[in-house]
Amino acid sequence: MALSQSEVLAGLAEIVNDETGIAADAVALEKSFVDDLDIDSISMMTIVVNAEDKFGVKIPDEEVKNLITVGDAVDFIVGAQG
Amino acid sequence: MSHPQLNQYTAVQFSRIYGLGAARGDLIVSNDEVAGPIDSSDEWIRQRTGIIERRRASANLSLMDMAVDASQQAIAAAGIDPSEIGAVLFSTITHPHQTPSAAALLADKIGANPAPAFDISAACAGYCYGIAQADALVRSGMAKYVLVVGGEKLSDFIDPTDRTISFLLGDGAGAAIVGPSDTPGISPTVWGSDGSHWDAVGMSASLLELRDGTTAWPTLRQEGQTVFRWAVWEMAKVAKKALEVAGVEAEDLDALVTHQANIRIIDELAKQLKLPENVVVARDIVHTGNTSAASVPLAMHALLKSGEVKSGGLALQIGFGAGLAFGAQVVVMP
Ligand SMILES: CC(C)(COP(=O)(O)OP(=O)(O)OC[C@H]1O[C@@H](n2cnc3c(N)ncnc32)[C@H](O)[C@@H]1OP(=O)(O)O)[C@@H](O)C(=O)NCCC(=O)NCCS
Repeated sequence: MALSQSEVLAGLAEIVNDETGIAADAVALEKSFVDDLDIDSISMMTIVVNAEDKFGVKIPDEEVKNLITVGDAVDFIVGAQG
Repeated sequence: MSHPQLNQYTAVQFSRIYGLGAARGDLIVSNDEVAGPIDSSDEWIRQRTGIIERRRASANLSLMDMAVDASQQAIAAAGIDPSEIGAVLFSTITHPHQTPSAAALLADKIGANPAPAFDISAACAGYCYGIAQADALVRSGMAKYVLVVGGEKLSDFIDPTDRTISFLLGDGAGAAIVGPSDTPGISPTVWGSDGSHWDAVGMSASLLELRDGTTAWPTLRQEGQTVFRWAVWEMAKVAKKALEVAGVEAEDLDALVTHQANIRIIDELAKQLKLPENVVVARDIVHTGNTSAASVPLAMHALLKSGEVKSGGLALQIGFGAGLAFGAQVVVMP
């Protein structure tokens, strides 16, 4: 069954926390990965591969640069679920 | 028609690495020196790659010079005579002749002539490919001792204005002698390739394009994100598989010696493997840079030399890169 927006957000926040140490509750939809959360391009890639695995979706390289905010990533994952 | 029964090689049960040798470029090149032409900075390079400086070879130090130096150290460490070497395998992507091989010249220079000698083209996976073949040659009885060298003078094939890979690269050579053993010293190898990403890392153009004047001097290039994602994700699976086929758990290891591509890849791999704290993770990249085929033996040599890991320790070694190609095995450190 497809996960809801809030379930994906919670799962993503867990990955971000695990990869970067940022508190999960700081990972809110409107936050920008780079500007607000200070996540660099390399951490972004490790978050992406872990998210692909966790949510069973493909996030192509070309797509990653469009994922500016946490909300962008959540929406993409919600939409990409089977 | 009847004929006499053929002789075949008599197999040996086990093999191990007898000794290692290491030679690094004679120049220490700082991040500040490479940052200018790519509008980068010491801080950016340290943060994204872990590299503080890389070793490069001056004009007077050739790939062959470094390979001979490393090989002679490995032969001395193994305590064998070079005439006992039954095969020389040289993994390199920077030997500047299409033919003849670098290995034949190396064999002659170190006193192993007339041993069979050939080059391996598997880029950053090349040393682990070499160990796999050496293990097979020794255990099949085809060769008593095999010299495996991973060596590169990558600085001959970089473009200082390229942001994708050149700033990572260094020069060096690492060597190992593999021979017969009473106890198991080299696990089965997990190796393979994925040519569907043939373009992800490699030369910017072919020699034919150079001949036709349609390209400048070809240099190394990569799609950093594609390679990074493949390295952390697929290589974690390969590393886990290597542990499984070796019959060991992550906590049985003394060291993790990965190809030194980027410290962030190394750290992520260690994390995916859930390595306990006491397993030493090789981070030779910090002062050596990425030396492609040389990086695994250089990194293992450094761990042994500093005493961080003792001889007899178990190491998971894994190489991965252009091809794409990968190889991993668990070895007893010499
Ligand atoms: C090469 C590598 C460090 C580049 O890092 P990256 O995070 O992928 O870089 P990106 O191309 O996404 O660029 C991210 C930002 O840094 C900038 N940037 C890229 N390369 C840069 C460099 N060398 N110096 C400074 N800034 C650089 C980009 O312009 C971009 O800035 P922007 O966000 O303002 O547009 C990284 O991809 C990598 O290590 N890949 C692994 C591959 C590897 O090690 N292979 C070895 C062969 S086996």
